[in-house]
Amino acid sequence: MHELSIAQSIMEIVAEHVPDDYQGSVKSITLKVGELSGVVVESLEFCFSAVTAGTRFEGAVLEVERIGLTARCEQCATVSPVSNNAFICQACGSTQLTIISGRELQVSEIEVADNERKET
Amino acid sequence: MSIITIERKVLEKNDQIAQQNRVLFQQHRLLVFNIVSSPGSGKTSILERTIESLDGRITLAVIEGDIQTDLDAQRVARYNVPAVQIVTRGGCHLEAGLIRDAIRQLDLSSFRMLIIENVGNLVCPANYDLGEEFKVVVLSTTEGDDKPLKYPPMFRSASVLIVNKIDLLPYLDCDISALTANARRINPSLRIFQTSCKTGAGIPAWSDWLLQEANLRQT
Repeated sequence: MHELSIAQSIMEIVAEHVPDDYQGSVKSITLKVGELSGVVVESLEFCFSAVTAGTRFEGAVLEVERIGLTARCEQCATVSPVSNNAFICQACGSTQLTIISGRELQVSEIEVADNERKET
Repeated sequence: MSIITIERKVLEKNDQIAQQNRVLFQQHRLLVFNIVSSPGSGKTSILERTIESLDGRITLAVIEGDIQTDLDAQRVARYNVPAVQIVTRGGCHLEAGLIRDAIRQLDLSSFRMLIIENVGNLVCPANYDLGEEFKVVVLSTTEGDDKPLKYPPMFRSASVLIVNKIDLLPYLDCDISALTANARRINPSLRIFQTSCKTGAGIPAWSDWLLQEANLRQT
């Protein structure tokens, strides 16, 4: 259940970008989650709603963009998708692969509704 | 509506602290590794056998991660090895900040190898860099030969696999060649040792390799 501490970290990152005195609300947060990140998205969504409950981010939705696992072959330079169960180049069969996507776990966008902002 | 575009790693804080730990370890020319496995695979027993097998040929210290108790640190402390216990109080993995706090209790110049025993869990610790040089994943034969396929992030992130409890093979349906083949499907560069803490088989090969690696860092 490390999804709870991941949810906490996401909230901390969002808080750094949305000032304390901001009067609008955070509508959604886009998160890139790689296939090899070891994160269970459903569990993360549950934890995120739990950690944001009662905070100024309550109601913010996590928009998850899942990133597939791809790798570049060190032998033939082909970039191909990798099955989670076999790290083998689909072109030449080599096992010398460098992962180029699939490890992501990052916040990419925060959508805020500023129409509630108080005019001064 | 407006959109703030950021590209920030969720675990960036952990990764930054891990990097600080790593720099500190390198300054002290320490060999530091992180042992991970599911609960009950024999991590602490391997540690005990390793300390016995090294038999004072190298100075070392241990950081023990546990959800609830300090039983493992007590086991290790019997060998007169400095041992710091981190009790995570339910937390399913160690984080870099916990390691940073733990090493403040150690004199890093008084030993050459630091072993971090993570909380028993094959999922969560894969995400958290602690600043170690490499991960050692332990898999016992009773867990079945298909485990590497079920936990690819962990087996991909480890450099060494120890297959433990090989003395039980005659009683189990575990096929050790299938197990190692499955592990290499996920991570072809895994270095694999086969051990039994009951009979001591394989422990000298593993501990001699460690000693050799630690010596490389001193030169």
